[in-house]
Amino acid sequence: MASFENQNVQFAAHPKSHFLGRIFGNRRNIFYILLITCFFVLPFAGSPYWIDLGVSIGFYTLLALSLNVILGQAGIFNMGHMAFYAVGAYTTAILNTVCGWPIFWTMPLAGCAAAFFAAIVARPIIHLRGDYLLIVTIGIVEIVRIALLNDIFGLTGGSNGIFGISRPVFFGLRIVKPVHFYYLVWGMVGVSFALFYMMRRSRFGRALNYIKTDDVAAEACGINVAHYKLLAFVLGAFWAGMTGSIYAAKMTTIAPESFSFMESCIIFAVVILGGGSQLGVLVSAFVFIGLPEIFRQFNDCRMLLFGLAMMLMMIWRPQGLLPALPRLYSLPRKILEKSAEKSL
Amino acid sequence: MELLSVDHMTKIFGGLVAVDDLSFTVERASIVGLIGPNGAGKTTVFNCITGNYRPEQGSVVFDGQNILGKHPHEIVELGIARTFQSIRLFSDLPSLENVLAGRHCRMHSGMLSCLFHTRGQKKEENAAVARCMEELAFVGLAHHWQDAAGSLSYGNQRLLEIARALATDPKLLILDEPAGGMNDHETRALVETILAIRKRGITILLIEHDMRLVMKICEKLVVLEHGSRIAEGDPVKVRQDPAVVEAYLGSASEEW
Repeated sequence: MASFENQNVQFAAHPKSHFLGRIFGNRRNIFYILLITCFFVLPFAGSPYWIDLGVSIGFYTLLALSLNVILGQAGIFNMGHMAFYAVGAYTTAILNTVCGWPIFWTMPLAGCAAAFFAAIVARPIIHLRGDYLLIVTIGIVEIVRIALLNDIFGLTGGSNGIFGISRPVFFGLRIVKPVHFYYLVWGMVGVSFALFYMMRRSRFGRALNYIKTDDVAAEACGINVAHYKLLAFVLGAFWAGMTGSIYAAKMTTIAPESFSFMESCIIFAVVILGGGSQLGVLVSAFVFIGLPEIFRQFNDCRMLLFGLAMMLMMIWRPQGLLPALPRLYSLPRKILEKSAEKSL
Repeated sequence: MELLSVDHMTKIFGGLVAVDDLSFTVERASIVGLIGPNGAGKTTVFNCITGNYRPEQGSVVFDGQNILGKHPHEIVELGIARTFQSIRLFSDLPSLENVLAGRHCRMHSGMLSCLFHTRGQKKEENAAVARCMEELAFVGLAHHWQDAAGSLSYGNQRLLEIARALATDPKLLILDEPAGGMNDHETRALVETILAIRKRGITILLIEHDMRLVMKICEKLVVLEHGSRIAEGDPVKVRQDPAVVEAYLGSASEEW
């Protein structure tokens, strides 16, 4: 075509090097290998108190990763994520204390229960936009908390909650110590990280991003917007439910007060501060949960400093700590040459 | 034989009758232009066809099927793709991903296969990327595949929207002012692109204010005024229709 005559065609070549070279030749991979090693070694250096803090950060990271699918990828303002966490935790607690099921058996069921709950409550509100949806989700988390408080179905134990939840057993190893939970939780973080990373680089992940950017255009391109928003909710809730399951086993006692609106706000803030990428979520979970513990000595002005830090963030880095990087496409040379020929 | 037929369509916004008992047909593999003064209801007609609005009355039959009341994404799946008057690209995303958005509805891998990157999913993904690169090359933007859509020039953004629409394998392509904001040079290239699209067997329905473009490529014109049709048919005849001259051209007749 006349107007595109002087095209300068440059394409990235498809890397076809050795397998190990491909892993270590990529700076991103080296970074992840170091990160994993770091997490693996960390408990050997810390006291049980710090390991426990690590477990706590792990729980928040898991929750934030699951909310990242809904909020970070699809751009749905969900401030009621704790509701799904609560449904998962109580499912495990009830199945374990009443029916005597082992924790790991209840985990997928807790996920399914949370996902089912999400599908039911999100279906009628999925077409709402931005702030309207936010208000409804705040309502959902409060309704769940109050329902649990009122001993719904006579199963949740009211304000005392449920106690006497047994410890999980992993191939004969009874998971009791903080360090066991540390590896369990961070192992799950690793798996979630990998799976959500794959999801982002697929048709599903892209669809969520299109919806976040412009849902009218996404619909006009043939994407079933309501369906994908609902799927994002269901997937995020499933993960939150499974996390709740481990949380119940870790605490052995759960009460409605652990699933308050304030907790939802913290998870929400972790995702927003992270900036939409998974690594950002990880960093901001450390900032949110880790830093206040480290600076416990400044207990009096802790929240003040925290508020100040948030304000400074909003001024200098409104996009979050680490916004998501663009997806990489390595196109085979054949395709590149073919399309270059055609456009010339 | 007609691909699309609009029958007695009426769309009312509050007290305003935006489209008033409109009927017209679009023949297979033809290029049809929908013209009329500003505010005549042209874009509203497009939005009714693509499912963004729901008309109060009438029917829209596409390829032997009544599509009235279907969701926009279902209509895209049936084979109607569109571009927007005000460009609606995903401006932060690379051009290739914008085109992949159009390909989405022809892909089938579900949530689980996307989480685990199954073999079928990978194969489908590679095929989709290859196909979308072809569409980018078709509109002449292959070398921009990694550039954010928002960083492209205005004319190129319009072409990218066309590529995105083409990636849905449409039978009917609806273009809302494709030459809007383009210079003469870009407009000439656009004419070639539109003719090449028709050569692929895709029917085109377009709104355009650039009369030279319309007269050059359209085989049939439908003229709207105040939401109703005042003329339909061969461009040369429509141009001489006294109703059109009086209602639409008026003082601007020197443009023709």
